[in-house]
Order: sequence, then C-alpha cells, then structure tokens
Amino acid sequence: MTIHVSTSSGVPIYLQIMKQIEQMISTGRLEPGQELPPIRSLAQQLIINPNTVARAYRDLEQRGVLRSKQGAGTFVADSAPRLSEEGKEKILTERVEDLVALVNQLSMDPNRALSMIEERLQPSPPPESELPRSPFDDEFID
Amino acid sequence: MSSLISVKGLSRHFGSLPVLDGVDLEIPAGRVFGLVGENGSGKTTLIRHCLGLLRAQAGEVRVFGRDPVEDPAEVLGRIGFLSEDRDLPDWMTVREILRFQAPFYSSWDHALAERMRVKFGLAETAKTSQLSRGQKAKLGLLVALAHRPELLLLDEPSSGLDPLARREILEALIQTTIADGRTVFFSSHLLDEIERVCDWIGFLIRGRIVVQGAASEILERHRKLVVRFEANQPGVPSLDGARTIGGRDKEWTVVSLSSLDQLSHELTRRGARIVHDQSSSLEEIFLAYSRTDEGEPR
Repeated sequence: MTIHVSTSSGVPIYLQIMKQIEQMISTGRLEPGQELPPIRSLAQQLIINPNTVARAYRDLEQRGVLRSKQGAGTFVADSAPRLSEEGKEKILTERVEDLVALVNQLSMDPNRALSMIEERLQPSPPPESELPRSPFDDEFID
Repeated sequence: MSSLISVKGLSRHFGSLPVLDGVDLEIPAGRVFGLVGENGSGKTTLIRHCLGLLRAQAGEVRVFGRDPVEDPAEVLGRIGFLSEDRDLPDWMTVREILRFQAPFYSSWDHALAERMRVKFGLAETAKTSQLSRGQKAKLGLLVALAHRPELLLLDEPSSGLDPLARREILEALIQTTIADGRTVFFSSHLLDEIERVCDWIGFLIRGRIVVQGAASEILERHRKLVVRFEANQPGVPSLDGARTIGGRDKEWTVVSLSSLDQLSHELTRRGARIVHDQSSSLEEIFLAYSRTDEGEPR
C-alpha cells in the first residue's frame, strides 16, 4: 500500500489518507479482508503524527470501509463498497478539469493531448507491483 | 485536563522593541504543539520564558503549574530541551557526551539512551566534530530525551539542516517521542513539518498568538479565493473578512478569514465576485495573517 501526503494542497492530511485508501479499495488495489499497516508504522513511513493516521482509520471505520479487530489490526471491511460508476466519474471529473485547464494554459493542440491520453489507455496495465516506495520520493519541503 | 504549559498575557519588550505582546497559550498534557513564526517573531523568547531564563515583564508563565523562574530545579528537571544551536562540545565522543550529561539528571535512563544511540546510528567512538549536522541534531534529541522528561521543548530543531537530515530528525521524533504520547512544544518557521508532526498549531505573529487549532480545523475554516473586481484596483484591496495575498488589476487572490456568507456581502458591496474557490495551504493562511491590512508583510 503506497500513500503519499503533501502539505501544499491545503487538504488536511487525514483526508488525503482517507481518499487514497478509498480509491485503492475501489480500484481493487486493496482487497476485502486485507490488513492495513499499523498506525505507528504508517505514521513513521509518512513522517506524520500517529493521531492523524488514527483519525483517518477511525473515520473510515465509521463509514464501514475498514474494520478493526481488538489487538489484531485494521482490515478492509468485507463489505467495503467498491465505487459506483458515478463515483468513479466524479473522481475522474476533477482530474479531467485540471488537465483541460492545463492544456489550455499551455496552448496545446487538444488533439495532441487526446492522443497522449489514448496512447496510455490502450493496453490494460499490468497489476501494479506493491514495492514500497523509497520514503525520499515523498514530496518534502526543502 | 490541566495544562502542562499555561501562559497568560505574557508581554516582553527588549528596549523599546515589543517582542511578545500579550501571549495566551495553554498546552494540555499529551499534545504535540507547534509554534509557527517567522525568524525573529519571538518564538525563542517565548520558549526562554518557559525555561525560566527570562522573567515575565507582564503576565504569567506556569510550567507543570509552577513558576519556572522561582522553581527552576523542579521545572527544568522535567523538561528535555533541544535548541537550534545544538551546542555539544565537539572534542568529545558520543560516549563521553552521554557520560558527561547523565549525572545532571537523577532520572537518566542508560538503557534508553543506548537504544536510541543504536537506532539513530551514532557510533560511540565518533567525535562530535565528525558527526553530520543531522547526526548532531539526533544526538541533541537523544540527550534531551534520555532522562525521560514529561515535556520536550524543541526550538527550531531542524533549522539549518538539509532536507535529508531534517527528515531523519522528524523520523526520530516520531519514533521516540510522539508515538509515546509525550507532550511536545515544537517551534519552527517551516509549516510543512509543523503540519506533519503537530496535533495543535499556533501562529505567533507580531507578538501574539493569532490563530490556534488543529491543522485540519485551521485548513477547513479558511479558503483561498480568486476574486474579480469590476474595475482595476489601484492598490492592494483591503477587504473585511479576507486578506489579500496577491494579484493585480481586477483579479486578486485572497484568503478568507470569515465565513463565505459574510464575505460575499462584502464582495458584492465592493463590486467583486468570487471566480475561483479552493482549499488554502497552511502556508498561504500563515502568509495572509502575517500581512498587515496595508497588504505588506511587516
């Protein structure tokens, strides 16, 4: 499981974690019953306060997305909702709007932008390997 | 729960220069408090009051319910302190520094010191002068923590460190301190690290704590807006309930300080409307409060 947090977006860190976990579940990268990293180790990996991770897990539990077993850790709920088509479109719409704005800003040929997307969409991607990212890839202020 | 640190109406002048101007601050036990301020904003002065190194000219400072000036032995023995100077004698080895520090504290935990030394990768025989800046900072943190203080005071612990060393010290902090539920008072001018490690934040601006809260809450109650006026604005527009942080002519970027409802009344009155609304980073919010109404940083 790879989570990435940034402090430049203005989105609270606990919300960034929640969104990413939900997306990983909806896209099947996290499966029902799969165990999530313990709070302390995720906090250390992301260099954030453990309470922030705890809050994200707790809120997801309240939504029925995760469940925790006393003393055994936190898991993806068996009934964790995979995203509806509508939900998927909602997530994508935001990104598409950003992309369109960027294309306009760069005064790029829209057809060229489209073909760039098409090139990448063609082959269905192989399952993503779950190699842990180096922590130094993280966005980190200097 | 009672506060570990309680500061009421603290003011301090150096000559005619006001540095602290009525600071109120309560830090409950178990909280990781982040004090954000620009260089020279009075962060160190506030910390020196908590350590009993400065006597309050006006107002009151209590640490563990005691006056740190009247009761320094009692207060200081329960505090671990790391300053940005990290002034450890550079001719001593790591082992010698630990031997030299331990007798100052009755509660020094040799086993804990040894575990941290190994975890931080500090060779016993290395001289301080041979350590990197990040390693020196970690050694400073080790010394501050080995007597198991109830309160850890960190004054700009990562100042002057490169990003890698800064990352290491924050990692060490989270591993050894924050995860144990110890109370921490952390000052920094870097909002990124404050947002990551602190669960409560205060902005120290012009001698006062102007905003306090959990990072998530501060982020949720401020928005970054692009507003468009009907006419070109000759200077930085000053708005009730918002602070301008950039722009020119008709379009200006502002950070909202009040509810959007209130703000839209003001905007309508001024012949302006919101053309873009997005979340604002802590840095932008801090910048907005740092600016005076004239739109200039102090």
